[in-house]
Amino acid sequence: MRMSRYILVGILLGFILYKSEAASWFRIYEMFRFQSFHMFGIIGSAIISGIIIVQIIKKRHIKNQEGQEIVIKDKSNTYPRYIIGGFIFGCGWAIAGACPAPMFILLGAGHTVFIVYLIAAMTGTFVYGLLRRRIPH
Amino acid sequence: MIEVYFTYVRDFIAQPWPWYVAGPLLALVMFVLLYFGHEFGISENFRLMCAADGADSMNEFFKIDWRAGEWNLLVALGAVFGGYLASHYFIGPQGDIAHISDATVTSLNQINIQVTQGAVPLVPEFLAWKALLTWQGLLMIAGGGFLVGFGARYAGGCTSGHAISGLSALQLPSLVAVIGFFMGGLVVTYFIIPFLF
Repeated sequence: MRMSRYILVGILLGFILYKSEAASWFRIYEMFRFQSFHMFGIIGSAIISGIIIVQIIKKRHIKNQEGQEIVIKDKSNTYPRYIIGGFIFGCGWAIAGACPAPMFILLGAGHTVFIVYLIAAMTGTFVYGLLRRRIPH
Repeated sequence: MIEVYFTYVRDFIAQPWPWYVAGPLLALVMFVLLYFGHEFGISENFRLMCAADGADSMNEFFKIDWRAGEWNLLVALGAVFGGYLASHYFIGPQGDIAHISDATVTSLNQINIQVTQGAVPLVPEFLAWKALLTWQGLLMIAGGGFLVGFGARYAGGCTSGHAISGLSALQLPSLVAVIGFFMGGLVVTYFIIPFLF
């Protein structure tokens, strides 16, 4: 089935974040205390590899499987949303000890309380949708 | 013979993965999704899940064709499977532990989180159902989840969308968002977490 490859990508993502312990609350705490290079190494080497990949895509005009050139859309240039929204996300990341992907991964690992995380995150997203027009972007 | 080989592969995967393996693999995930015609961003799933649950009829932000995001929901579903497989079949001889630094163990003990080096569980005991009965647990689980969902959509992305995809494409807005992530994380880590235990 054509869609099953996305499940495989997700499984890989699950292994990466579980086995590198990036899904651990303790690793996030450690990162924000600057007590280990580990998390910075993961994010940093992901970005450096990503920059190389994106540069190759641009230089060689690499096409996606549908034959169209891969274009990465520019993010909109209105800054309040990134700094305020980013700050709020960061607060949640540190206190929950999990960003969105680990919530799914830890649920799969049998920590059923992460259902509550997911419902809370959906609620947060929903409330953002309601307030969107009234908060600065 | 084949059994020996499988055991060898299993044990190889079951080791803790170092950062220089995990980071480039995350970039590979991003590339594979780009090749399939999509941009890596896990938090978008919260919006898709809202839309699929009926929020599309309540607010125009959720009037999206969530079926067009089916691929992303499948990545999230795959992550659930990945978490299951990794935690049930690929745990090394040391157990399901986080190999945090000695300095972190000391810091945790100082703020009254009792952990022992070499026996720090990957998921802390205070992230469990019974924790929801205390205000601290409720704040960490429900409050943290809420802020992650709210902030990710407000900022237009999370760790995967901004820190990895956005910075890889040298997007200045993503750099601003990641600076925001760290400012928020530092404030909570230094001024809130120590008072929860």
